[in-house]
Amino acid sequence: MVHAVQSGHPGGSMGCTEYFTALYQVVMNHKSDFTMDGKGEDLFFLSNGHISPVWYSVLARSGYFPVAELATFRKLNTRLQGHPTTHEGLPGIRVASGSLGQGLSVAIGAAQAKKLNGDPSLVYTLHGDGELQEGQIWEAAMYAAGKKVDNLISTVDVNGQQIDGSTDDVLPMGSLNAKFTAFGWDVIELPEGNNIDAVIAALNEAKSRTGKGKPVMILMHTAMGFGVDFMAGTHKWHGIAPSDAQLADALNQLSPTSLGDY
Amino acid sequence: MSKYPKLGEKDTRSGFGDGLTELGRTNPNVVALCADLAGSLKMDQFIKENPERYFQVGIAEANMIGIAAGLTIGGKIPFTGTFANFSTGRVYDQIRQSVAYSDKNVKICASHAGLTLGEDGATHQILEDIGLMKMLPGMTVICPADYTQTKQATLAIAEHHGPVYLRFGRPKWPVFIPENLPFEIGKAQILREGNDISVFATGHMVWLALEAAEELEAAGVSVEVINIHTIKPLDEEAILKSVKKTGKAISCEEHNVIGGLGESIASVLSKKHPVRLDIVGVNDTFGESGTPEQLLEKYGLSKSEIKNRILSILK
Repeated sequence: MVHAVQSGHPGGSMGCTEYFTALYQVVMNHKSDFTMDGKGEDLFFLSNGHISPVWYSVLARSGYFPVAELATFRKLNTRLQGHPTTHEGLPGIRVASGSLGQGLSVAIGAAQAKKLNGDPSLVYTLHGDGELQEGQIWEAAMYAAGKKVDNLISTVDVNGQQIDGSTDDVLPMGSLNAKFTAFGWDVIELPEGNNIDAVIAALNEAKSRTGKGKPVMILMHTAMGFGVDFMAGTHKWHGIAPSDAQLADALNQLSPTSLGDY
Repeated sequence: MSKYPKLGEKDTRSGFGDGLTELGRTNPNVVALCADLAGSLKMDQFIKENPERYFQVGIAEANMIGIAAGLTIGGKIPFTGTFANFSTGRVYDQIRQSVAYSDKNVKICASHAGLTLGEDGATHQILEDIGLMKMLPGMTVICPADYTQTKQATLAIAEHHGPVYLRFGRPKWPVFIPENLPFEIGKAQILREGNDISVFATGHMVWLALEAAEELEAAGVSVEVINIHTIKPLDEEAILKSVKKTGKAISCEEHNVIGGLGESIASVLSKKHPVRLDIVGVNDTFGESGTPEQLLEKYGLSKSEIKNRILSILK
């Protein structure tokens, strides 16, 4: 997708492939006949919208829209905008994201609407670690714990990279575990974020901790660009597309997940 | 004698509070959020009657807008309440991405707009909010004229699907809109008919425009006063009909002359029926501390200023 239009964000997408596959294929109770209100089903919000390629890929293969439509990514008149939106009516998406830091607040609202509606379903979110530098995340983190939003499972993709370099170089954030714990979240460390069985186990563990008065946070340690030697573990592939030769090399290196090819 | 005499004095924010209370009793989907200003926004009665449908967010307006957007997913109709400054400029990107671009049914209700906030001064007196909100595609922008109309508008926006910015104010202000005058989003109201000049006013300025028109009648000037309570979508038909009769126009708003109602009217007139237009508003500056009356006088928004501007355009 990213190669075809020579634009997009492959690095973070590749690091989160296991997460999305686990979420949509195993963990989340969701309906493929999409409704905006999503009553009676689990909801997912992508807060770091730039990793849209992997989300679109998994949404298509989960039945939300034809896989062939992935070829329209970032092209004029597409429903697969560079960053996810509701504006073109793409099934599976409930709010626009791209400007960072907003998704947690929206998910909290959706989680509170579920409580008002007596709907026991859960709300999931994904964030980048660099995104945590946005202040709104911490407004939302404080609120979710303070107001006991315990039908919420958030995950941070801890890949240690952002556009201008490593997160430690750009703005050291200290211990995310200590921070979220201090804010009142139930924190789960997931050291093997690119091991799909470990991801499924962590998400199921998180599910078992919902309904106990605290929002749940998974700190999912991944490698940006996972699976391709020249892309892994560096910020350089945050927002650039591979060349023809690089694409061929990368596809040779990648193998399908145990749940299929995404 | 005016068709719309002063019936009393009340703050427009109380119209919002009373409207919200009524919605709490009649519409189970209405929920309210506030960022630590529930008393100022007159939300107390709604909160007392519907504690489960009220979300106190604390001093975190960006989070409040995001939560409101999320509450719509599940069918709620969220009304957010804080001062106009913190309802717009502080959270512009949240409104833009999570509400307007995402077409969320959020009602952004903003008190203490404009100079008449008074003594708190320029940090709180936003004069750019109408411009910020009207630039967002799909956003409806409403600025009612008095207590009664603010209550009517609060009820009306719950029935309208889509994001709305509802702007009102702090001070006690003349109540003059009769309860039986229907409020329809996007439909301007001719409050006084006249032949010499059209005055298009919004918010608190509508009353001052009516008073100015009344006094000018004694001097033989026939002034038409139209209440533009909905700035977007603008009632172009009513504006054009009036200026085709009068041939001259003035707009009045408690807002910067850049980006406000006057500019919207100028755009319509220049494209469809060019006539002379003067814009009464704050002349691209910040406000300051003072009483509402002192500030309206100093910044050129008083009744006598409106009269002077009308007379000078008619010369």
